[in-house]
Amino acid sequence: MAEVVVQHSRAARTTRARKGGSLHNALRRKSTVAFFLTLPLILLIALLVLYPALYSVHLSTLNKSMQKFVGFGNFTFLFKRETFWMVVKQSCIFAITAVIFKALIGFIVAHFVHNIPAKGQRKWRGMLLVPWVIPPAMSTLAWLWLFDPSYSAFNYTLSFFGIGPIPWLGDAAWARFSVILVNVWYGAPFFMIMYLAALKSVPDQLYEAAAIDGANWWQRIWYVTLPMMRNIIAITTLFSLIVTFANFDIVRILTSGGPLDQTQIFATYAFRVGIESSDIPLGASVSLFMVPILAVAAIFILRDVSKRGNEA
Amino acid sequence: MSTVAIDKAGPRRNVKYGSMSRDRAWALRWSYFFLVLFAIFSLTPPLYMLITSLKTSAEISAATNPWWVFHPTLANYVELLTSNQFLRFFWNSAMVSIVVVIVTMVISIPAAFALARMKFWGSATLATGVFLTYLVPDSLLFIPLFKVFATVQEWTGIPLLNRWYVLLFIYPTLTVPFCTWIMIGYFASIPKELDEAAIIDGASWLQTLTRIFIPVALPGLIAATIFAFTVSWAQFLYPLVFTTSVDQFVLPVGITTTLIKGDVFNWGQIMSGALLGAAPPLIIYAFLMDYYIAGLTAGATKG
Repeated sequence: MAEVVVQHSRAARTTRARKGGSLHNALRRKSTVAFFLTLPLILLIALLVLYPALYSVHLSTLNKSMQKFVGFGNFTFLFKRETFWMVVKQSCIFAITAVIFKALIGFIVAHFVHNIPAKGQRKWRGMLLVPWVIPPAMSTLAWLWLFDPSYSAFNYTLSFFGIGPIPWLGDAAWARFSVILVNVWYGAPFFMIMYLAALKSVPDQLYEAAAIDGANWWQRIWYVTLPMMRNIIAITTLFSLIVTFANFDIVRILTSGGPLDQTQIFATYAFRVGIESSDIPLGASVSLFMVPILAVAAIFILRDVSKRGNEA
Repeated sequence: MSTVAIDKAGPRRNVKYGSMSRDRAWALRWSYFFLVLFAIFSLTPPLYMLITSLKTSAEISAATNPWWVFHPTLANYVELLTSNQFLRFFWNSAMVSIVVVIVTMVISIPAAFALARMKFWGSATLATGVFLTYLVPDSLLFIPLFKVFATVQEWTGIPLLNRWYVLLFIYPTLTVPFCTWIMIGYFASIPKELDEAAIIDGASWLQTLTRIFIPVALPGLIAATIFAFTVSWAQFLYPLVFTTSVDQFVLPVGITTTLIKGDVFNWGQIMSGALLGAAPPLIIYAFLMDYYIAGLTAGATKG
């Protein structure tokens, strides 16, 4: 997208420059004006994003009282802790499973919405996007109440089918399932909306051509829909991977990492260590472990976004 | 070759058309069936919030059907809306969100204009940088930011920690990159002829921005505003880290920490509080759904 922008403005400048005269003054002032227009943005990014990010690297090399340099001491300490490896494992399980299910459900639901007559689509889309609109901290409270050990409305309903009370948040395996379920509930509508927009942009002629060639529904999806949507699927999935990996609200409210830190992920563990136990350097070290994964995802997104910009 | 193909397709055509329309009817029925299932899945938690919020504590702890309200009451809402504490949370949330929206717009509209229309040294890099900043999650920055603000407070003596207004500095790190990014997109889609004509008529850059770009890109502006508001309203991690006393809490933190305390969970009140907290974004969404979705798909929001 950025490249397109640059090309536009370059073209604009050459045409304007040819007109000369009073425009020339405006052009000369342009870079000064541009500088002042972007100055608040640059300051914000430099002071409140870039600086803290680098500062957190510095913090991670200090001891708990932040007076002594310990080098990689915090990292070697974490490597020796079993809890930390559990956090790494759980973060990966949580993020990957949740993103796969969000993407799948989003894809399927987008198809169903796309299938029905156009005049009803708005209503369904509106209903299905509600989980995305409610602040996650609020909706997770509703889930917490649905999962309540003694008054669980789910268990009440399931008891009619002879399924015994499920310890939704009490048992490690079920707690892992529950946090993923809530995350999928919250994130799937986003995929649905993105895929729906992408589906609408696939030209009908392609499906007609496929139908004439005798393609069945599966072949239509595999050879027409998926290739046409490849880029948007990649961007959406990578975005979601970043956000799911860095998720805090849902796990914090639902389980606070429990039982016995079994559902702790990077963000909640960093909060527990860095803020609640006030070992800021150790917390910074924990959160820095997210960087490699986020960086890889960011690089791929950037590639896909600029590709998408060039297509448009 | 083509004649052969036509011959082959000829006799089968009627049958195929019949089966296709029958297929389509079934596909439609299945679509509705699954859409109903997914809608139930999506709407169960918010509906259950509403159901619980209308119950008394006695009814909640009774072993009756949890999906039905036998004695509806508004007592939970009345109690919350007359409690100074809850109104304080609401007020803090509203103040933070509104100021952050204004700050975000003041920063991101001029920046997006400059990045979309004025090529200057490093503008392409800065545009990419804005996008990358948008990908930096809050859970990566909360610890260093906490330490940074603690240090600033120590040096200057200005109380920053445990004050709701510290959030005014922090939330823009979440809202500004995204809003700038989608505004660049909207501004870049405006035909160059429009601003060229304005420049020829003697308009300054600022006049071009206020008289042409802002009115023309108004839908994008509304989408960005909605985004900034919902993000600030829903933010949970930063206020949890930066505020500790009850009178400085914003809604999400206030509800989760003051209403859930000890062993006694007053679920009726928690659910009414959560529903009231969810109301402003839901109301905006109900009225401005199309802008909401436009913003979502324009910038590929977080999900």
